[in-house]
Amino acid sequence: MVRIAVVGLGKMGLSHYAMINAHSHVKVVAICDAAGYILDVLNKYTGVPVFTDFDRMLQEVELDAVIIATPSSMHVRMVRTVVDRGLHVFCEKPFCLDTVEGDALVQVVHERRLVNQVGYHYRFVASFQEVKRLLDDKAIGEVSHILAEAYGPVVLKPKGSTWRTQRTEGGGCLYDYAAHPINLVNWYMGMPESVGGTVLNKIFSKDTDDEVLGTLFYAGGKSAQISVNWSDESCRKMTTRLTIWGTGGRIYADRQECQVYLRDNNFIPNGYQTGWNVRYTTDLTEPVWFYLRGEEYSAQLDYFIRCIEERNVDHNVNSFSEGMVTDQVIAMMIADADGSPRASGIKPPIAQKKKTGFFFGAR
Amino acid sequence: MDRLLFGDNQFFGVNHMSEEKARTQSMRFQDIRAVIDVLDQAYDEGVRSFMCTTHDRIALVCDHMRSNPGRYGEFRFLPCMPYAHKYANAVTDDGILGALKRFMPDEGIMNAAMRGGMSLARKDIEGITTLLVDAEMKMFAGLHTPVVFLQNVVVDLLLGLGFKDAFRIFSDHIRNRYGAEPGFITMNMPMLLDALDDVGIENPIICSNINKIGFRMCGGFDAYERSLRERRFRAIAMSVFASGAIPPREAIEWVCRQPNIEAIVFGASTRSNIVNTKSLVDSYWPLNQ
Repeated sequence: MVRIAVVGLGKMGLSHYAMINAHSHVKVVAICDAAGYILDVLNKYTGVPVFTDFDRMLQEVELDAVIIATPSSMHVRMVRTVVDRGLHVFCEKPFCLDTVEGDALVQVVHERRLVNQVGYHYRFVASFQEVKRLLDDKAIGEVSHILAEAYGPVVLKPKGSTWRTQRTEGGGCLYDYAAHPINLVNWYMGMPESVGGTVLNKIFSKDTDDEVLGTLFYAGGKSAQISVNWSDESCRKMTTRLTIWGTGGRIYADRQECQVYLRDNNFIPNGYQTGWNVRYTTDLTEPVWFYLRGEEYSAQLDYFIRCIEERNVDHNVNSFSEGMVTDQVIAMMIADADGSPRASGIKPPIAQKKKTGFFFGAR
Repeated sequence: MDRLLFGDNQFFGVNHMSEEKARTQSMRFQDIRAVIDVLDQAYDEGVRSFMCTTHDRIALVCDHMRSNPGRYGEFRFLPCMPYAHKYANAVTDDGILGALKRFMPDEGIMNAAMRGGMSLARKDIEGITTLLVDAEMKMFAGLHTPVVFLQNVVVDLLLGLGFKDAFRIFSDHIRNRYGAEPGFITMNMPMLLDALDDVGIENPIICSNINKIGFRMCGGFDAYERSLRERRFRAIAMSVFASGAIPPREAIEWVCRQPNIEAIVFGASTRSNIVNTKSLVDSYWPLNQ
């Protein structure tokens, strides 16, 4: 049995708790949150030991691992405390708001050989995993461009302030939404050489961004474009999609399906054919032991537990160092957006009077 | 319970296969009249039970049914609650208190506030749960609701947390206050059966994915087959086509061979799809079997 504590019982923490608690190889031995109310209710009805003091919990309970789902600005201190005690860590995304502190944590988990994972659940979505397989197989040849998008209905009008509405606390569309498609681009293409054209635009929020646009530049003229908006009511829930162009074809993927066009002069993977191919989530998705809100959420926790059981610290998916790549790109985008846009120096042309005559205008 | 229940995913842009298809359906059912037209077609084909989320737009369907009692004498609603987005949005717009007020049942704010306030203070979930159930049931006043379901996102959250008393509270309240059967939707049927056993809910109505390819049947295909054979419960099969991954005839033929299934819930956007599914079920699942 892997003994686990869940820290932070917001939306993500509560759902992690429910899923991991249903795992047959896991015993949740404590939960911890700053707000006593929800703890008292859970303790009253389920008997789980509860703590409002994180450090006291670590002193009093025997643990193998900790799931951290607190507001992002608390991640560094908590992860540090946990790894110093030699415990394995699953930390919600974004990993660290300060990339220097993040680097130090990467160092520690490597030295102490601890399982470390960040909650970028899209790497456990079957269709995005299929994209990874196809790209690794060079099924669409050399990739030249990725368009990575995410849209959803989170902030639809001005509203009160919480940690989620402040970028300094790790809130906002960039950290919350855009981190996911950026993380997928990092998975497929790695760390960009530079970023440019970053727009972090406020639509309804006062202290953070609701819209994120930008370009990631890679060697050899390759690039990725990020287009993310969490003030889009036309999407029922968060919708993430990728379009990838390569010399040998094109891939479109979202959570439900993977549409692949392969040119005939190309290596054709098993089960695929030249021209259009469609793979659905129903074919691609592996079963999970417990379903709450999408197989990927269950699968990422199961992977974490398996790594602990096998003491596998060399094949962590979404390891701290991988999470750091995304944190670094986010930091680059913030710096890029803060720099004032360079003016083109070209004056907008004065609108000319419509010419009429033999060669111009209506006949 | 009818053997064939009509689902509502298609009306609200829920499609587990394709986001494009989901969007097209959202556009098609933008006007509630389009939803009612399809329900009319189902009704006229003999599919008279509508298993629906307590979405705001369903209130419009309820209004329509209430104002045409002659046309819909046999129509039954099987509400599935809560519509989670509704709560999230209401809390965002009006704050927690405003949202609670908006969802107060008609019995009077005092009674509801007492139940809500007292139980909030005592950390007693019974009052809050029954209050929220009543709020969700408000739109169905005066309509026939023989079964009331708890949605899978709530059932499976409670199941994971081990919060089994909530199932008992929901079940008792649905029986006592509405004279209806409680139902539970889940993606983890075998595990839920054990939990309901633990709190003494006998022969429960459980709606879960049951399909030939094992799509979203958590606990495993074998555990589902064994549960259907050996456990005492009233099974409703959903996602029998696995979002279109299984051809209709093959899907229905398989599901009709499974023991202990009392009903099948399916969605359709056209009369021809309704007719096709109904005739397949009639041929593979003859009455009196």
